[in-house]
Amino acid sequence: MRRNSLPLTLHLLLTFLFLYGPIVVLVVLSFNASGLPTVWGGFSLKWYATLFANKKMLYPTLNTVVVATVATLVATVFGTLLAMGIERMRPSAKIDAILFMPMIIPDIVFAVALLGFYTAIKFTLGLHSIIIAHIVFCIAFVCAVVRTRLNGFDHALVEASIDLGASRLTTFRRVTLPIIAPGVVAGAMISFTLSFDEFVIAFFTAGPSSSSQTLPMLIYSMIRFGVTPEINALGTCIIGFSFLLVLLAQRFNRQGTN
Amino acid sequence: MSTTPVIQMKDIVLNYGALTVLHGISVDFNEGEFFALLGPSGCGKTSLLRIMAGFADPTSGQMLLDGKDLIGIPARRRPVNMMFQSYALFPHLSVEQNVRYGLEMARLPADEIRQRVGAILETTHLTDYARRKPNQLSGGQRQRVALARALVMRPRVLLLDEPLGALDKKLREVMQLELKRLQHEMGITFIIVTHDQEEALVMADRIALMRAGQIEQIGTPAELYEMPVSRFVADFVGKTNFFEGVASGGKVSVAGLGELTSTLPASGAVAYSIRPERICVAPAKNDAFENCFQGVIEEVAYHGQDQHILVRLAGQTEPTIARVGAQQPGTRDIGVGAPVWLGWNGADARVLTR
Repeated sequence: MRRNSLPLTLHLLLTFLFLYGPIVVLVVLSFNASGLPTVWGGFSLKWYATLFANKKMLYPTLNTVVVATVATLVATVFGTLLAMGIERMRPSAKIDAILFMPMIIPDIVFAVALLGFYTAIKFTLGLHSIIIAHIVFCIAFVCAVVRTRLNGFDHALVEASIDLGASRLTTFRRVTLPIIAPGVVAGAMISFTLSFDEFVIAFFTAGPSSSSQTLPMLIYSMIRFGVTPEINALGTCIIGFSFLLVLLAQRFNRQGTN
Repeated sequence: MSTTPVIQMKDIVLNYGALTVLHGISVDFNEGEFFALLGPSGCGKTSLLRIMAGFADPTSGQMLLDGKDLIGIPARRRPVNMMFQSYALFPHLSVEQNVRYGLEMARLPADEIRQRVGAILETTHLTDYARRKPNQLSGGQRQRVALARALVMRPRVLLLDEPLGALDKKLREVMQLELKRLQHEMGITFIIVTHDQEEALVMADRIALMRAGQIEQIGTPAELYEMPVSRFVADFVGKTNFFEGVASGGKVSVAGLGELTSTLPASGAVAYSIRPERICVAPAKNDAFENCFQGVIEEVAYHGQDQHILVRLAGQTEPTIARVGAQQPGTRDIGVGAPVWLGWNGADARVLTR
C-alpha cells in the first residue's frame, strides 16, 4: 500500500487495537506495582519475583515442557512421514478432509471423545495420555505445513540421487530432508506452541492426579480466585516465548522459499 | 567408431496396467556412438530411456550391458547415468557439491574426487561458478552442471532426456555442438531422447524413430532423410510432399495430375514423396526434368536464406511446397497467383507402400 488513505489507516489501527489491546493491558499490568488493574502504582518487577519464588509453579511448568517437547518430536517425525506418503499418492479430497479433521474439530469435542475412548479401553490417565492427545492434533499441523513445502518438490531429484549411486535412506538424508527442512522446523515450532498452551484437551485427559497438571491448567485453577498480577507476569512470559518461536518458525520457512 | 554393442535390447515390452507402452523393442546401442531416440510425445522413447536407467522394469524382454544381464540390477548400481529433462540439480548444494555427489556415494578417495571434479568443471566451463547455487545460474549453465554431474561418473552410457528442451533456440544450437564435442572428447556412448527431428539430425550418429511404442526405422540421419521406409518417417523427418496414387512398374498414377516417374519399383496403393528442395520452380517448362507440372502460386513464405513456394497443382487438395534459394535468379519477382512450372527427377522421389 503506497497510497495512504485515512479510512484504511484507521481501519488498520482499530484492527491492531482489537487484536493486541488486551495483550498490551496484560503485559502492562504485569509490571504494575500496585497489583490493582485500575490503579497504576509505578513500574515494578516484584510480580515476576513472586512468580519465580512460587514452588507451585515448578512441576506444572516442567510437565508442560515435557508434554510439548515429546508431542512435538513424535508429531514432527510422523507428520513429515505422513506428508511424504500423501504427496506420493493421487490427490484425494477425502484423504485431505480426514487429515484436516484434527485441526478443525473443536477442542472440546476432541477432548470428550478422547476421554470416552481412554475410558473405553481402560487406559490409565496421566501425562502420557495428554501427550498422545497432543501428538494427534500436532501431526495434522506438521503434515499440513510439510505438505506445502513438498508441493512442487521435483521427484526427479530423488531419481537423480539414486542414479548417482545413493540409497533411499541416503537420498532422504542428503536431498529430501534438507530441502523440506524449513517446513519440518516450522511445523515443529507450531506444534510446540500449540501443545504448550493447550488447555481443554489436557484438562480432560490429565486424570484426577494433580501430578499431571500442566501450566494452562494451573493458571485456570489460580484464576478462580481472581486474576492476580502474578498470572499477568506468567502470561507475559508465555507470550514472549510463543512470539519468539513463531518468529523463528517464520524465518526458517522464508529461508527455504528463497 | 566401433560397432561393439554396449547396450542390447531384445523384444522389450512394457505394460502399464492394460496399456502397452512398448511393443517389443529390439535395438543395439554401440560403443561410443551418439544415438537419438526420436519420436512424437507419447511414443515410448522416454520409457525406453527409463528402463535403461533402471527406473522402470520391462514387462518382458532382455537387456544386456556389455553382454551381461542388466534387468534386476538396481538403478544405483548401474554404470549408466542420466541427465534429467528438468536437470534435477540439488537446489541446496553448490555446483561443486552437486558434481561431487555421485563420487562421494561411490566412496572414492578425497584426492581423486577433487581431481575429477576439477577436471570436469574445466571441461564444461564451470570452474568460475563452482560455489554458486543452481538458482544463481542461467539455463545454459544449469544444463552444463547437470551434464558435468553425470559425466564425472564416467558412465558406460549417458542417457539424456530432452537435454535442450528448456533452452532458447540460439543457445540450443550452441549446446548441440557442445554436446557433440563432449561426447567426442570423452568417448562415452550418448543416448538422447528428443522430439525435435532437426536436433536428432544435427547431433546423432544414428537415429531410431519411434511411433506408438515401436521402432519405425533405425538408421543414420541421411538414411532416415533420404530413404524413409514409411509415410510416417518421411513426414516426421524433414518436410515432404505426398501424392497418393497407384504404382505399377516405376510409374505412379495420381488422380487429376497424371503419371509420376520414379526409379523404385512398386505396385498397388502408394504415397509418392518428393522433398521440397528437390523441386525446381521455373516460369517456363524445363524439359531437363522427367516430371513437369504447371500450377498456380498460392503463397510465398520468406525464410531468409530460402523461401517456401506453395503451388496448387491440378486436382490436388494440398498445395505442393518447393524450396528455392532466396537469391536464386528469377525467383525474386515470383508473386502469388502467378502460373509456374514445377519440375523434378524420378530418382529424387520415394515410393512408400506403408
